[in-house]
Amino acid sequence: MTDESEADAILSVRNLEKHYPVRSGLLRRVTGHVKAVDGVSFDVHEGETVGLVGESGCGKSTTATSLLRLEEPTGGEVYFEGEDITEYGSDDEQAFRRRAQMVFQDPNSAFDPRMTVGESVAEPLGIHGLRDGDRQRRIVEDLLERVGLSADDADQYPHEFSGGQKQRIALARALILNPDLLVADEPVSALDVSVQAEILSLLDDLQSELGLSMLLISHDLGVVRQVCDRVGVMYLGELVEMAPTEELFANPQHPYTEALLASIPDPDPRNRGDAVELTGDVPDPSDPPSGCSFHPRCPRVVPPADYDFPEDSFREVLDFRLSVENGDVDGDEFASPADVRDEFDLPPELPDGDADAVISAAIEDVLAGDTGAAADRLGDAFETVCEREAPELVETDAGHPAACHLHGAASEHAPPELSASDDD
Amino acid sequence: MTEPLLSVRDLHTQFDTDDGTVRAVDGVSFDVEAGETVCLVGESGSGKTVACESITKLVPQPPGKITGGEVVFDGEDLTGLSGKALREYRGGRIGHVFQNPQGALDPVYTVGDQLVEAIRLHRDVPKSRARERAVELLDRVGIGDVEERIDDYPHQFSGGMKQRVVVAMALACDPDLLIADEPTTALDVTIQAQVLRLLDELQDERGMAMLFVTHDLGVVAEIADRVVVMYAGKVMETGDVYQIFEDPSHPYTRALLECLPGRGRALETIGGSLPDPTDPPDGCRFHPRCPHAVPKCETGSQPDFEDVGGDHEVSCVLHGDEHRLPDAMLEVADDD
Repeated sequence: MTDESEADAILSVRNLEKHYPVRSGLLRRVTGHVKAVDGVSFDVHEGETVGLVGESGCGKSTTATSLLRLEEPTGGEVYFEGEDITEYGSDDEQAFRRRAQMVFQDPNSAFDPRMTVGESVAEPLGIHGLRDGDRQRRIVEDLLERVGLSADDADQYPHEFSGGQKQRIALARALILNPDLLVADEPVSALDVSVQAEILSLLDDLQSELGLSMLLISHDLGVVRQVCDRVGVMYLGELVEMAPTEELFANPQHPYTEALLASIPDPDPRNRGDAVELTGDVPDPSDPPSGCSFHPRCPRVVPPADYDFPEDSFREVLDFRLSVENGDVDGDEFASPADVRDEFDLPPELPDGDADAVISAAIEDVLAGDTGAAADRLGDAFETVCEREAPELVETDAGHPAACHLHGAASEHAPPELSASDDD
Repeated sequence: MTEPLLSVRDLHTQFDTDDGTVRAVDGVSFDVEAGETVCLVGESGSGKTVACESITKLVPQPPGKITGGEVVFDGEDLTGLSGKALREYRGGRIGHVFQNPQGALDPVYTVGDQLVEAIRLHRDVPKSRARERAVELLDRVGIGDVEERIDDYPHQFSGGMKQRVVVAMALACDPDLLIADEPTTALDVTIQAQVLRLLDELQDERGMAMLFVTHDLGVVAEIADRVVVMYAGKVMETGDVYQIFEDPSHPYTRALLECLPGRGRALETIGGSLPDPTDPPDGCRFHPRCPHAVPKCETGSQPDFEDVGGDHEVSCVLHGDEHRLPDAMLEVADDD
């Protein structure tokens, strides 16, 4: 990152880490760490909306709360207008709290049911030193109107409003101190589609009106596409790709991004069933896979350079290897080598004779009941760069960074058909 | 045409509340043919879940009450059945999958025990045979290492895996109809794609019919054969999935399609909100929010269904006899 882009950024996050200790046993000793956020870096520029997307458990919400210091990060720096907020004293921190605000997912639990909406919305004003009731009231009424409610609503209680209206009130409260940065964590996930659309357009309007910078966390790529200028994709605590929104949708560079995009149900009944399906769940974050943490699910996992695999056929071979290594394969269940190939979607014969010889020998081992030998044989032959080395976030040919061995230093392993397959 | 597997006719379900009577389902009719997938779509509060739960009387009574209409399943009217007779259907010929898999599983029993219980409720088989069947089912819904995992407790499974277990339970007795109420809403998109694929495969394999409730039109496009669009307790439009997506005829259906986020253009919002359920408006329920409303929409009751071609029915005065130029009107309105 150059100094110039940092100077321009209202928020710069550098190698942010939030590790939670895992304790076990009688003495509650720390036996490991859940790396909820593990080295995330990005910038939010003045007036820009940046989105963070990913499956649940990928660390996007923790990123938001750590960068606001609602939870103390365990490593890395966060610069707000060039100053490191992790070194703020209490006065500076109070000023920062005024200028950076957050909106949460569930508007139903965001309000004290015994306070009127006006009291709730005005509360931050009192905390930050404006205690004149009449002035508070004027500001509250002005903001309620701005978010599409009426000034009289200030005297109502939260339960009298629908979910969408409550989210508007939550927005009014977040905006009452005139912040420069708004962090919105899943602001529309708890709402109906029709109401989502309203809140998203409201966010858009408010942002251009007030010149806000915004960080939007969502698991819904449709939402992100609607409001964000740039999007970062997170997987298991790491940022795997970052790109301007339309570029990310048109030309995803990381296989995980591709799979995420392909999983969005397409509202066109004539385009059915063309989704790339991701197998399995997000791995256990306290015991992440080696190398690229996405490799156990990746449909584009890089084959070893010694063999010649047609595109995307290595996944089945690797799945077979992993099952054998985990001891999930029982030779007694299969009658013939063809059965084994069938079960693991392996072709009757791989085009590369050497690779096929290894597979055949391993299947023989399995049928003979010697899974250990099969595991060794497969492990020696089919080791992939994806499990050895963690990829760095590097600039790709598409002009934006992604963390994948298909790009970067290991890209000589990339199947040549890669770019062609992107076109369809 | 042969008799549909499930035929819901003029169903009324209401709830007595302190604020008055809520007519959550107010004269809803639809059919589900054997082997087909029907999607009930609408915003929250439109009555789609209550409509589904009324089929096997899962609506808590009181405060709920099914006040009229009939639900004919394979020739028998379920509304007249006793609790005991209904239990034969629930989990037997009619399987249920709910939105929140956590709430559908008992945390203090292993998933294996729960499956065995579900099987033995409806089938007179010994425990060992039921357990074999449980293993088969879990294997079929894609739980790896079944022999090891069958004795795990629900909290040891991830959300997607729990929903697979719930699907396995619903399939335990080879139902003819699977009622799935927002089964993927609580799941991540990648896991949602897996579960939808699984349901689709299972349906093909077993020739099972599916009544699928969702608010997500993307999901509807992915799986539905036919679609029933509900609003404020009434059906607005029914048609096959292509008719609904390519030729939406009710202004509400159009509005729902317009507000799908992420299609790379400015969002149209519907504006306003669902009417007060205790005091719905006269005329078409949607008229206070409808951009095409004419005075006729504000009086009387919900307009009668008009067939706009090939079993595609819509409840809107713009398609009625007195307005013979509906298409022209709607197209003009589309341009702005």
